[in-house]
Amino acid sequence: MIIRGRARKFGDNIDTDTITSGSLLHLATEELAQHAFEPIAPDFAKSVREGDIIIGGNNFGCGSSREQATAVVKQLGIRYVVAESMARIYMRNCVALGLYPVISKGVSGLFAEGNEIEIDFEKGEVRNPKTGEKAAFEPLSGGSLEIVNAGGILATLKKRMGK
Amino acid sequence: MTIAEKILARASGRKKVEPGNYVTAKIDMAMMPDAFRLIRPLLKQAGIPESEFKLWDPDRVVIVTDHRVPAFDVVNARAQKLARDLARSLGVKHFYDIFAGVCHQVMVEKGHVLPGQLIVGADSHTTTYGALNVASTGIGASEMAYVLGTGELWFMVPETIKFDIQGHLSPMVTSKDVILHIAGKYSTEVAQYKAIEWTGSAVDEMSIDARLTMGNMSVELGAKFGIFRADEKTIAYLKKRTDKPIEPVDPDPDAVYAHTYTIDASKLEPQIALPHNVGNVKGVSEVGDIPIDQAVIASCCHGRIEDLETAARIVKGKKIPKTVRFFVAPASWEQYKEALDKGIISTLVDAGVMVGNPSCGFCTGYQGVLAEGESCVAATPRNFRGRMGSPDSRIYLASAATVAASALRGKIVDPREVN
Repeated sequence: MIIRGRARKFGDNIDTDTITSGSLLHLATEELAQHAFEPIAPDFAKSVREGDIIIGGNNFGCGSSREQATAVVKQLGIRYVVAESMARIYMRNCVALGLYPVISKGVSGLFAEGNEIEIDFEKGEVRNPKTGEKAAFEPLSGGSLEIVNAGGILATLKKRMGK
Repeated sequence: MTIAEKILARASGRKKVEPGNYVTAKIDMAMMPDAFRLIRPLLKQAGIPESEFKLWDPDRVVIVTDHRVPAFDVVNARAQKLARDLARSLGVKHFYDIFAGVCHQVMVEKGHVLPGQLIVGADSHTTTYGALNVASTGIGASEMAYVLGTGELWFMVPETIKFDIQGHLSPMVTSKDVILHIAGKYSTEVAQYKAIEWTGSAVDEMSIDARLTMGNMSVELGAKFGIFRADEKTIAYLKKRTDKPIEPVDPDPDAVYAHTYTIDASKLEPQIALPHNVGNVKGVSEVGDIPIDQAVIASCCHGRIEDLETAARIVKGKKIPKTVRFFVAPASWEQYKEALDKGIISTLVDAGVMVGNPSCGFCTGYQGVLAEGESCVAATPRNFRGRMGSPDSRIYLASAATVAASALRGKIVDPREVN
């Protein structure tokens, strides 16, 4: 499977307070999503398009376990979050909500904001089709892949409860 | 096997596990703070009728309302009301309303945590319990809903790294300084996805309070778990809090560590994490004159009796300058009561400290909020931009000793200069 999308670039150590401010957590996801990345990218929610792909730097999503920081990304129509490295809980929350986390060393330097990205899940490569440059990643496997394929962990729970 | 591997093997019913294995493990305890209120909308969204959702084991679920207490607006009052209602309807046995304290402190002091357990919490600082020889880690609300319903969760067995803290900490240099030093020297990703085992003479000499600070901040190094071996201090701490059998887990002699880092504690000076990252660390002697508007000792990372005692010793008989707002919030009402009985609270109040109620508020921007351009030196675990208020404010992380000394001087100072 090959996925294509538009790169939305972020730097290193993007923390969960930056993605969803603690002061806004009372808002419903739809509204909260309008403030996603607001402190560093105030226009993000307005400019994002369905199918855009996040390209983060090191330690993307570090900090709190607040799932809202992943839910807003999903709400905005993003399905793939690519980063040089990702904070552990953020990665788990991606899987839990049915987003696909792609951890790929060297990926950040391949793209400028708005570039086209290709993610090739068979070859385990993230590519910039314009420059031909690529970076490798390890596709998900085991329990985490099953959950992403099911659409998230609550879909898994529902199935288990026989619903 | 390492401690983390032994716990995951036991919890997943296997004889042996290796790093990289995926396992489905049985959860010993599940803890959820204010995010508990999200369970209802999450179930609804997933099309799971709440009437058919049963806790897998009400005895293994702990809910604590701690983040924004007492409610300061109608939105929070509603959220807390919802949590009470949900706890009742789901039959939560261990529901701690706003009178208990910060969730992680409540977990350890109410005897919900035992060596060798696998514990998940819907809060990143769940790694705190590693101080008591536990594999504990943070997860999100949807994963917690799954755990509450099934008692299980998938894990990838992490590699284990060892931090061997040798030598002896100097007076006024603390476990907080050790962990800030590591974040600065080896980065906040040194333990990404990994388990840490904390060992060495300096760790052996630490109190349980000091170890809890390091377990807590293990997540700031990226760690899945931050585990200590159980010793006589661990056992004594637990025996006061539980009648259940205490069965420590030690690593096997042939356990494999991905890396061992050795730190000489004797050489450490007090450390400061500069804005806006926990890894942006310098020794206090390197930072120059940094004036402060606010000082805070609070949160799941601090606010235990040892930190409160340290602060009281430093400010005793002195006055905090009028240019500084110094807030101290004990981590729980048990810690608060002990501090009252020991005269610590009155020493702090006499010096001009505002003592707040146990809550997460001072660390997370709900109490003692910072305005644009203001600086705060904080004994809390995180200094992300805007965490305590305006995105244009600055948070400097330090030990309780450094915070108290800096509050007295109105600028960041080495606590050894003040005493």
